[in-house]
Amino acid sequence: MLRSWKVRIGLSILGFFGLLAVFGPLVGQDPRANDISAISQPPSAHHLFGTTQFGQDVLAQTISGARGSMLVGVLAAAIGTLIAVLVGVPAGYFGGAVDNGLNFLTNLFLVMPVLPLILIVAGYVQGTGPFVIALIIGLFGWSGGARTLRAQSLSLSSRDFVLAMRMVGEPHRRLIFFEILPHLTGWISAMFLHGMIGGVMAEAGLAFLGITDSGSISWGTMIQAAQQQSAVLRGLWWWFVPPGLCIALIGTAATLVNFGVDEVSNPKLRVARRSVVVRTRKVVEA
Amino acid sequence: MRWAFLARRLGFYLAAAAAAIGLNFLLPRLMPGDPSSAIVEELERVSGQQVPAETLMSIRAIFGNPHANLAQQFADYLRQLSHGDLGVSVVNFPVPVADLVWQALPWTLLLVGTTTITAFAIGTLLGVVAGWKAGSRFDAILTPFTTFLSSVPYFWVALLALWIFGFVLGWTPLSGGYDADLPQGFSLAYAVSVLHHGVLPAATIVFSAFGGWLLGMRNMTVTTVREDYVLLAQAKGLSPKRVMFRYAARNAMLPSFTGFAMALGGVVGGALLTEIVFSYPGIGYLLYESLQKRDYPMMQGVFLLITLTVLLANLVADLAYVLLDPRIRARG
Repeated sequence: MLRSWKVRIGLSILGFFGLLAVFGPLVGQDPRANDISAISQPPSAHHLFGTTQFGQDVLAQTISGARGSMLVGVLAAAIGTLIAVLVGVPAGYFGGAVDNGLNFLTNLFLVMPVLPLILIVAGYVQGTGPFVIALIIGLFGWSGGARTLRAQSLSLSSRDFVLAMRMVGEPHRRLIFFEILPHLTGWISAMFLHGMIGGVMAEAGLAFLGITDSGSISWGTMIQAAQQQSAVLRGLWWWFVPPGLCIALIGTAATLVNFGVDEVSNPKLRVARRSVVVRTRKVVEA
Repeated sequence: MRWAFLARRLGFYLAAAAAAIGLNFLLPRLMPGDPSSAIVEELERVSGQQVPAETLMSIRAIFGNPHANLAQQFADYLRQLSHGDLGVSVVNFPVPVADLVWQALPWTLLLVGTTTITAFAIGTLLGVVAGWKAGSRFDAILTPFTTFLSSVPYFWVALLALWIFGFVLGWTPLSGGYDADLPQGFSLAYAVSVLHHGVLPAATIVFSAFGGWLLGMRNMTVTTVREDYVLLAQAKGLSPKRVMFRYAARNAMLPSFTGFAMALGGVVGGALLTEIVFSYPGIGYLLYESLQKRDYPMMQGVFLLITLTVLLANLVADLAYVLLDPRIRARG
């Protein structure tokens, strides 16, 4: 899988931001420090990404925003994936009434419009920190994954090796944990990656709507602060461009990884490298 | 079999609608704070004295009594709802929520409706071309570019566009849906101002939405292009354009088409962020305002409307699928 250039590039970018989230705040400047002598300054040698209208360093904020955004993303993905596994796998494995109930629940969450729902819930829960935001995003973002896992475990549980073990009298719990789940790790990790990006984007969206606690720094709260202080109308582009670019980069990286994985599992999507096509054509035409 | 399938789906959507209505009723009652108490507190804060009993009674008559029996409250709520009554806005008192929603709805339908259709058309067309010649230069440039596009947070694109075209170049207005100096109505000047205000929000929506359609359509086309019937059509000597659109694309369209039906359901609530960035007077902006000012009846009303349209569109998408896909028609 690592032979695909898409997977390699995607993983490197994700790794970079992961390191930034863990170690960045330790080495960077203080993102909250106000430099009164440099207010709303464009990028310069002293402040590489410029400063906000409060004289805060945009680079330092972008670095520390990586931690805020990635934290919510990872937590939301963990919660969402866990629920997807808990709902999807038993539904597919047991079938019958269990499936009917769980599948109804999944479909219900699947059709509900998630953003307005999250917005309303987050609106009621006031003064929300990153943990509550991640919890809300995870709680409303598991349904697509659960549907996939249901379909997969449905097909797995009717395979010969599972049927055989069932007849031998293996307990369900053991079958699920040792026979079904290991075959789903590929799906589950793709789901987690997907959920992480979804979490980062959702956090940014919610922060932009002013839902999150403005004391925490994330890429979303940065863009929101810029919007609030009419950075657009005053031409302070360096304030909102870096955080948005970071989100876009992470999203692209995750999509690249997913593409690479898809192409490995579905060879129909794999297209010949352009150089190979050109070379072959030359040979044929010669 | 087809009817059994339809009946099952219909049953599901009825249950989902019931769940949405129940959620809409319960959420505000499970959360701290309710409209009546909020108004009473506000009145007491402003006047500095306790609200008289009669006033309290009338406030509760309008906004509901938080201490009443829950079943009683639910019955009242359902009775109101069956008359199309969504309650009264707290912030714009005493304007009914339904009136505010009706005012905002045309703006959203116009903006998001046209852009959803445009984005779908552009994305699908480009997707067919990219998938038909997968690996070509067109595909090699367009597909990674759209991948990047679909990962960019929408509201950020909107901010950037507003900065470039509104602030730096000054081509478009910075906010609103029409020129406030003009009288609203069917005049040319008014129509021009509506267009002028709408063009940037519309462009940003199309710009960020067509990529998703493109990628989906591309991958489906790549798959169908290798089917035998496409090969046969080519072998018969049909023109490439005909084979591409009538044979490959037509069959690759199915998932895109149901996706499109669902996207139409998202039209009402789908432009939340657009409307906020551009202060566009639609449903999304209404929801945002009600959230900011904690106008609970309005939040509930808008949310119910958004949910019900999404459910309806999903039902239509299911029906369309039955009509379009002969395999489901046969098996149910």
